[in-house]
Amino acid sequence: MTFASASEAKTALDAAQQQAHDAIASAADLDALDAAERTALGKKSVLSDVQESIKHLSAEDRPLVGQAVTAYKAMISELAAERRTGLSAADALARAERERLDLSLGGHARPRGHLHPLTQVRRELEDVFVALGYDVSEGPEVETDWYNFEALNFPPAHPARAMQDTLYVNLGAPEEVVMRTHTSPVQVREMQRREPPIYTVVPGRVYRNEALDARHSPVFHQLEGLAVDEGLTFGDLAGTIEAFTSAYFGSAVTARLAPSFFPFTEPSAEFALSCPFCEDGPCRVCGASRWIELGGCGMVDPNVLRAAGYDPEKVSGFAFGFGLERMVMLRYGIDQIRAFYDNDVRFLAQF
Amino acid sequence: MRVPYSWLLDFVPLTATPAEVADALNQLGLEVEAVEEPGKDITGVVVARILDVVPHPDADRLRLADVEYGGIETRVVCGAPNIEPGMVVPFAPSGAELPGGFKLERRKIRGVVSDGMLCSARELGLSNDHEGIVSLPTDLETGTDVRDALGLNDVVFDVAITPNRPDAMCVIGIARELAAFFQLPLTVPEIVAPAVGGGVADRASVVVEDADGCPRYVARIATVQVGPSPEWMQRRLTLAGMRPISNVVDVTNYVLLERNQPLHAFDLAKLGGSGIIVRRAADGEPITTLDGVERTLTSADLLICDANNVPQAIAGIMGGSTSEVDDTTTEILLESAYFDTATIVKTSKRLGLRSESSARFERGTDPNAVAVAAERALQLLVEVAGAEVLDGAVDVYPNPVVPAEVAVRISRVNAILGTNITADAAREMLMPLIGVPTADDGETMTFVIPTARPDLEREIDLVEEVARHFGIDNIARTLPNTTGHKGGLSLKQKTRRRIQDVCVGLGCSEAYALSFLSPEDLTSAGLAADDAVSVTNPLRAEASRLRTSLRPGLLRAVAYNQSLGLQDVALFEIGTVFLAPAPGDLLPDEREMLAIALAGDVRRAPLESDRSIDVYDVVDVVQAVVTALRLEDVRLEPTHVPGLHPSRAAAIVIDGQVAGVVGEVDAAVCAALELRAPVVFAELDTAVLYAADQRDETYVPVSRFPANRIDLAFVIDDATAAGDLVRTLASAADGYAENVAVFDEFRSDGLGAGKRSVAYAITLRAPDRTLDDAEMAKLRDACIQAAHAEHGATIRT
Repeated sequence: MTFASASEAKTALDAAQQQAHDAIASAADLDALDAAERTALGKKSVLSDVQESIKHLSAEDRPLVGQAVTAYKAMISELAAERRTGLSAADALARAERERLDLSLGGHARPRGHLHPLTQVRRELEDVFVALGYDVSEGPEVETDWYNFEALNFPPAHPARAMQDTLYVNLGAPEEVVMRTHTSPVQVREMQRREPPIYTVVPGRVYRNEALDARHSPVFHQLEGLAVDEGLTFGDLAGTIEAFTSAYFGSAVTARLAPSFFPFTEPSAEFALSCPFCEDGPCRVCGASRWIELGGCGMVDPNVLRAAGYDPEKVSGFAFGFGLERMVMLRYGIDQIRAFYDNDVRFLAQF
Repeated sequence: MRVPYSWLLDFVPLTATPAEVADALNQLGLEVEAVEEPGKDITGVVVARILDVVPHPDADRLRLADVEYGGIETRVVCGAPNIEPGMVVPFAPSGAELPGGFKLERRKIRGVVSDGMLCSARELGLSNDHEGIVSLPTDLETGTDVRDALGLNDVVFDVAITPNRPDAMCVIGIARELAAFFQLPLTVPEIVAPAVGGGVADRASVVVEDADGCPRYVARIATVQVGPSPEWMQRRLTLAGMRPISNVVDVTNYVLLERNQPLHAFDLAKLGGSGIIVRRAADGEPITTLDGVERTLTSADLLICDANNVPQAIAGIMGGSTSEVDDTTTEILLESAYFDTATIVKTSKRLGLRSESSARFERGTDPNAVAVAAERALQLLVEVAGAEVLDGAVDVYPNPVVPAEVAVRISRVNAILGTNITADAAREMLMPLIGVPTADDGETMTFVIPTARPDLEREIDLVEEVARHFGIDNIARTLPNTTGHKGGLSLKQKTRRRIQDVCVGLGCSEAYALSFLSPEDLTSAGLAADDAVSVTNPLRAEASRLRTSLRPGLLRAVAYNQSLGLQDVALFEIGTVFLAPAPGDLLPDEREMLAIALAGDVRRAPLESDRSIDVYDVVDVVQAVVTALRLEDVRLEPTHVPGLHPSRAAAIVIDGQVAGVVGEVDAAVCAALELRAPVVFAELDTAVLYAADQRDETYVPVSRFPANRIDLAFVIDDATAAGDLVRTLASAADGYAENVAVFDEFRSDGLGAGKRSVAYAITLRAPDRTLDDAEMAKLRDACIQAAHAEHGATIRT
């Protein structure tokens, strides 16, 4: 249809606009909105008819209708855009709802493994000593009697040998080859291999002739320290022990030394640390003694320095050693040494 | 060593509390393992006098005793045979408490009310004696606490003596240390045992055939009246942990405890030929020791024989049964000797026979205190066994031990300890222990070392004495100056940590297995047991071999978890295995291995289906480790590995070197180890992995140009390793292959038996340009031709 006057055209546009407004507002989805828009603006729309009619209108009516057309188009576009935004959000929401997942289902259970607690304590202590300027040495687990005892100033048939329940293996002469009873033979190997200054720690597996039960294990681990340099003193040893124990157990911990005996150190001492787990009253870890014995230490015996080819008048040294299992047991309250060797995954997963 | 406080007071006037004494001993290196108060558990037990004893009306074996204590009289029922009127006894009235938490109550015994109990030694926790009621000295005031009357307020220090301190294995030795610590005088009374005429030499001969084993032998003779020793001696022995036997034996033990000199009393009448011969045993020679056990000796063992050469004692360890002192003994030959420590250690160890005596001889006794200890014993025998001592001694001591002289420099003391101790202070510390220096210039002090201290041979030993008495816990703590010393982990140690971290990242937890196995552990895991290094003295046969592989231990750990219902097990271990020594070597060939074992399911439920672990899961771990270490030339070559599935196992070949094996654990092994199949396993020699440390770590620039992908499906023989084609295709792509991956594999009737189709996705990219169609076509042809040429693979179209 054609419109003969501006007022006719504007009336038609107003009606169309009202219609479009309703259609757009009630469009349920984007397709309905598109359809409503086509109806309002498309080739078969009132707008199209009005635009067709313009050329037949008087000169003064034309601009009036032109303005009305522009306003109509702007209005429709605005309404549609507004509705489209609303519909998109609703649409996305609906889609999201359809795609909903319950994340609490727990995922694909890609399990993480765990380092053995003995590896963890070993690393932690290695790092403490590395920070103090030490390197880390290793050595064989099966040793000659010479490295395990003789070079460490244990004479043959010395009662000190009876302190260690030695396991022997069937190699060489009888009792010539042993499962090392401590990490100390590595001290000797390192002193033979290099010149002072030496600052090294030796973590490793050691052996005793004991059956595996709650309190004993034929296999356990030690960490040994050796320092050889000019002018090292017992004070340096005591300070070093204080340093690493507080690094591992916390700065509130102090170390206590008491004289002891080891053939390869002189003077020798045992060191204990103030119980970090104690409140007042009986304590699960230390009883009531307030001290926990941890390991042995001392100044390297001149005989051992000499056996390594060093002059004890020129260099001195200190050594210390302790059990890694005990460190871990103390820290985590583990009461059975065999837990370290059962490899129960529920145990390992706690570290 | 158990030391009663009261005994220490014989020699040093201590006033310190038991806690202070224990603390002092600990500071001196004489570690106190326990402080015991034997009377602690006795409450309310008093001294009472028996007024009358009458029969029990209704029981033959019980009697009624009227007792009086502190003015109170009461009647008790008693079953002991030894009670009689006038006897003074320990009485526990109702309300008293005895060791073991036993509280007395008034109760009826066979119809008669008993208001308490008369106590035996066992009931008071004094000893095991339950024969009769303890008879107390009759002059005791009734009503007093029995702890005071019996000295049960005593305190016993249980001291652990280190092997270097034989001198501290006795009361006087410990008293000496405490006297020095508390700066109190040590008083050891002079000993004189009154002797009567005669002469030992006329009555007994001593022949020492082996002066190395027995450098000194003293024999004394006395007549004795054997009986129980007095209560004070029994009490001290009991507190010190020894059982009272008879006055003669008790005296020898008393001197052992007081002076660290073991003694032995022979019944002289039972010594054939009235004399002693000290000699080595013959191989196979038997002796029955005091404990009634017949023991077979070797020529390394030292024997005390009578003059007829009949063995009477294993020297220094235990007496024989034939010349034991008993009730009939009237005359003894008292042995006080010094034996070679090594001889005692060897014999004691071989026989598994340790005694208070051997524990002292093997540490080393004082050769110059042998005669005086015998004298002390005789003095006591006169006192407690009515002994008459024969004049003189046979003392065979051909080479007297001369005390050593040791010098110590005060500058050395301070250099070792890091202290500023003056010479005067050091001298004050040393003198109570080793006497006055024989030379002293304010820097160097020379001491004549008592022969009781075999541990003091060198200057450093005296430095330790100063440290002990200065207090090693008082030494100021410093840290060494390590500036200029490069610390750190070695490349190998860092690589080991990286391997562990990769395994953990892939879900494996780290296991630590024992290093010992039984031969069956090895064979049931498919490994040879014959060449495993064996342990000489295993506690149990299950621990008689050193592991040659981590496989048995790790599979056992899997089985252990499965047995507890823990099905999903992913474990790895890095540990040492022990192979037979290389020719010419003494020590085993130790290898550090990495092993991985997986079992159970890969969990995907509820989102997807779970699936069982398969061999590719362990291949993944191996691949991840080698990739992390930048190892490129890694191949899995199908191979037969005993213990692994015959057609699902491969050798891991790195840089042309066999580094280990990977595969599924064989069904027979699973059955033997009670493993729930499938279990997959890999084991590699870490030495090959550490070789990666030497690799070029230079960065390779990444291309910014687009990639092209070509997919090629080949028909190959089953025997051809699909992984080998990956390498062939990669190298055929002329350096442009960024990645080659298998994306499909199948068999079908159409392909024919023994054939399969494997499809590869090859990602190609040039560093400097986009590859054009012509280049891509050329590379595609090159890949097809190489696959055909090297593997007989035909392209499937």
